[in-house]
Amino acid sequence: MLVLYVLLAFMIVAALVAIETRDLLSSLISLGAVGFALTVVFLLLQAPDLAIVQIVVEILTLVIMIAVIFRTTRIDTTVKDRSLREIVLLCVGLVVLLVFLGGLGTLIFRGLPSFGEPPLRVSEYYLREGLQETGASDLVASIILDYRGYDTLGEAMVLFTAVMGVLAVLRTIGRKKS
Amino acid sequence: MIIYVMGFILFGLGIYCVMVKRNLIKIVIGFAIMEYAVNLLFAIVGYRKGGLAPIITARGKAYFVDPLPQALVLTAIVIALATTALLLAVCVRLYEKYHTFDIREIRRLKG
Amino acid sequence: MKVRGRKEKMKTKEERVKEEKRGMTLIVRTVTRLMAGLIVLYSIYIILHGHLTPGGGFAGGVIFTAAFVLITLAYGKEEAFARMRESFFHFLESLGGIIFLVTALLGFIAGYFFLNLLPKGKPLALPSAGIIPVCNIGIGIKVGAGLFMVFLALVIIGFADENKGEDKK
Repeated sequence: MLVLYVLLAFMIVAALVAIETRDLLSSLISLGAVGFALTVVFLLLQAPDLAIVQIVVEILTLVIMIAVIFRTTRIDTTVKDRSLREIVLLCVGLVVLLVFLGGLGTLIFRGLPSFGEPPLRVSEYYLREGLQETGASDLVASIILDYRGYDTLGEAMVLFTAVMGVLAVLRTIGRKKS
Repeated sequence: MIIYVMGFILFGLGIYCVMVKRNLIKIVIGFAIMEYAVNLLFAIVGYRKGGLAPIITARGKAYFVDPLPQALVLTAIVIALATTALLLAVCVRLYEKYHTFDIREIRRLKG
Repeated sequence: MKVRGRKEKMKTKEERVKEEKRGMTLIVRTVTRLMAGLIVLYSIYIILHGHLTPGGGFAGGVIFTAAFVLITLAYGKEEAFARMRESFFHFLESLGGIIFLVTALLGFIAGYFFLNLLPKGKPLALPSAGIIPVCNIGIGIKVGAGLFMVFLALVIIGFADENKGEDKK
């Protein structure tokens, strides 16, 4: 599992780069790196369904965001150049945060099940009876469309609302000239 | 245990970006990082050591990982895309009106 | 001197926008002509085998969108709009939603909401698992058409007064 930890560290570093860079296009490319690393992490955690959805959604998000940036502006005009003092203070803050998280982490995360041993209270039933009751070989598909189909219906409605929202915000007919 | 801490650090980076940055696109990037962190933590909780992907093949049943968190994350990824698109639509409209992405200059609420 | 500088800047920006509307180079257009049909075929494969292999309705729908995004980006706005009308995608999205909802309501015939009532055949065969393939098709069409409309609104149509903004500044 060493590869998993290395990929997670890569994701953290890429997220830091995405946050702190001044050029917006470089930030978006770093965000893409985080997304692709997350795809490989999903594959390592034995979830191929999630990996497929994550990679195509990541590509579509990147295309839309880069197109928006090319049409509007590319340089972040809100950040002045950082002096050495500010960089040192940022690093000290980061080290304090990490020590805090690591020190309290053993207390806070003790309630969570240890990595690799999930409690599996409801999933035992799904794993045992999934193929018999639904007839689907892919157990994740049987969960989202048969056992918990109502949640999928809600999600389809949320997507519909979001699409209507985007079209309503960006429509050009019927708007008053300001 | 370390892996949960790393997931929370990623989430913390996302929150830092949303709270501190003053550029609208950076705020959208912060939201995207938060969504990645949450999906990652769900998938980590559902992993079983030595388990395989929960797909029944011709060889019959095997030792599977937990399929329930994967079903929850599948929904969450697509909803994250819809949310990001709506955020970007509002950003585009704000840029058309104020010609800047700086949130300190976008203060007057016009009707 | 200042007036000439402004006119030059406006002309190049207009030319740039016009070039974007015309599309990309010949290589990209040829490859798109070959690949777009294959991408739609791949998305149909992933949607239909959603109950046997990983994927399902959502992944297949987004790949369906990716094929149309490729066509729009490679051929430019005018030529792509001459062949695909936006009202068609409105219709497709509503059709997908109605398929999903009607399939869920049909469960009321035999018991409760969302009951799996079509016959479940042999496992690992393509026509199996009751209503799951029908639901996958509905979701795939809906997600695909909806996300393509979002792409059109944000990337192609969203900037209504782009050239007029230059004059205002």
